Amino acid sequence: MSLLSIAALDLALGGHLVLENVHLTLERGEIVTIVGPNGSGKTTLLKSIIGALAPQRGYIDKSPGMVIGYVPQRLHLDATLPMTVSRLMRLPRRRPRHEIETALDRAGVTQQASSQISDLSGGQFQRVLLARALLSSPDLLILDEATQGLDQQGMADFYRQIERVRHELGCAVLMVSHELHVVMRASDRVVCLNRSICCAGTPERVAASPEYRAMFGLDDEDALALYRHHHSRPSLEMSP
Amino acid sequence: MIFDDFLVRATLAGVGVALAAAPLGCLVVWRRMAFFGDATAHAAILGVALALLLSTSIFAGVLVVSLLMATIVSLLSGKGYAMDTLLGVMAHSSLALGLVAVSFVSGVRIDLMAYLFGDILAVGKADLAVIWGGAALVMALMGWRWSRLLTATLNADLAHASGIDPQREQLILTLSLAIVVAVALKVVGVLLIAALLIIPAATARTFSRTPEAMVVAAALVGMTAAVGGLQTAYWFDTPTGPTIVSLAAALFALAGVIANARRLLWRVMASRAGRRDASGRA
Repeated sequence: MSLLSIAALDLALGGHLVLENVHLTLERGEIVTIVGPNGSGKTTLLKSIIGALAPQRGYIDKSPGMVIGYVPQRLHLDATLPMTVSRLMRLPRRRPRHEIETALDRAGVTQQASSQISDLSGGQFQRVLLARALLSSPDLLILDEATQGLDQQGMADFYRQIERVRHELGCAVLMVSHELHVVMRASDRVVCLNRSICCAGTPERVAASPEYRAMFGLDDEDALALYRHHHSRPSLEMSP
Repeated sequence: MIFDDFLVRATLAGVGVALAAAPLGCLVVWRRMAFFGDATAHAAILGVALALLLSTSIFAGVLVVSLLMATIVSLLSGKGYAMDTLLGVMAHSSLALGLVAVSFVSGVRIDLMAYLFGDILAVGKADLAVIWGGAALVMALMGWRWSRLLTATLNADLAHASGIDPQREQLILTLSLAIVVAVALKVVGVLLIAALLIIPAATARTFSRTPEAMVVAAALVGMTAAVGGLQTAYWFDTPTGPTIVSLAAALFALAGVIANARRLLWRVMASRAGRRDASGRA
């Protein structure tokens, strides 16, 4: 049985159909990336999976006992709320110290355990949120444009960390991204969403598909450039 | 019995309200709901009027109207009006409506000032029981839901992903707010309840590294303001509720001065150390 299967999902926000007839299945341990233009329903789809939005039609079938770790797009912490990294890690459930240390280590922010959240850089905070999501040993890790605001180097590091985490925990990863070329080399499968799913498959297949090119307004040369780009760096390629 | 002394009863009442207001006040500040607390408190005067008209308990009247007010605002928000506009309309119209309604209450001479500014020195044994009962209930609710409330305050989606329903937590917060308003009415009156929620929490922010530390600090500031304000009002024969709030405001200002002085001191010391390093290398 699949880890997660979504079928015939319709979801409207404010009377406007944001997702229409979406079908998607996720297997254990695979990294799937959702790409699509702004307003194509990517975040809405993730929110419906975590249960923050209820669909009008269709179903979201989670395998029994599945644990979800969620890293939000950007977390705004009100300046009036004092918060240390280690306190954030204990929300909402208390965790033993060694588990917190392991999670922070996995996310690459061991040094920051006693820092105030407001003193962290954007990249460090994103990693802390990743560590927090890892604490529950998730079967499915959901990342909503988790690398927004990071520079190229930070982004590449972050995705490498995700890949490492997937190997260590064996969890599936579902993420949304704008960074097309990074996505291309970091995923097992790419799903193009534009209200409905217009194409899906291996990164190579999707990059070459006319639907994908049309969606991002790429001509043949652009798409080819994108394709070359991610093939020109074999060191960052994922093993399938 | 020590409860026979009106000053002891007043002190206990003030401490009880300060304790319940601390966790709630912090949440109100973190969630930027300060005006929401204010509006709920203003609606309380309508509750007082209705309770007098229907000759029911003031506590019950205030609780019901405050809850009603909070529910209406929650339902109407996101329906075309900005939250602050909605709260402004609701807060002041319910205050005005309450004042008009009070004028219909014939027979009894009502000291309206007692409801607007509180009358902590007139707290009786029964009032004390209501105040501590309500405060204990709010503290128990906060203790029970704290982690969930805090997670929902952090981010609604994060809460959802952890299996927490932010809407339910918001409801618990609203309910607690109504209870505190009903309980604090006697102590500081409707016009100053929000001050008792917000000022101690804002004062505590400067010295806190974790949410829980801020709650404890807010409770200490609130209790200091309540006890100190009561004594001050007694010595100088000033109105008690406003004196308590004034003292809280003074503590807030003091905390601001200390925090700035500390920051300045750090900067001076850091620059001196920098200069020493530079001369050492030269």
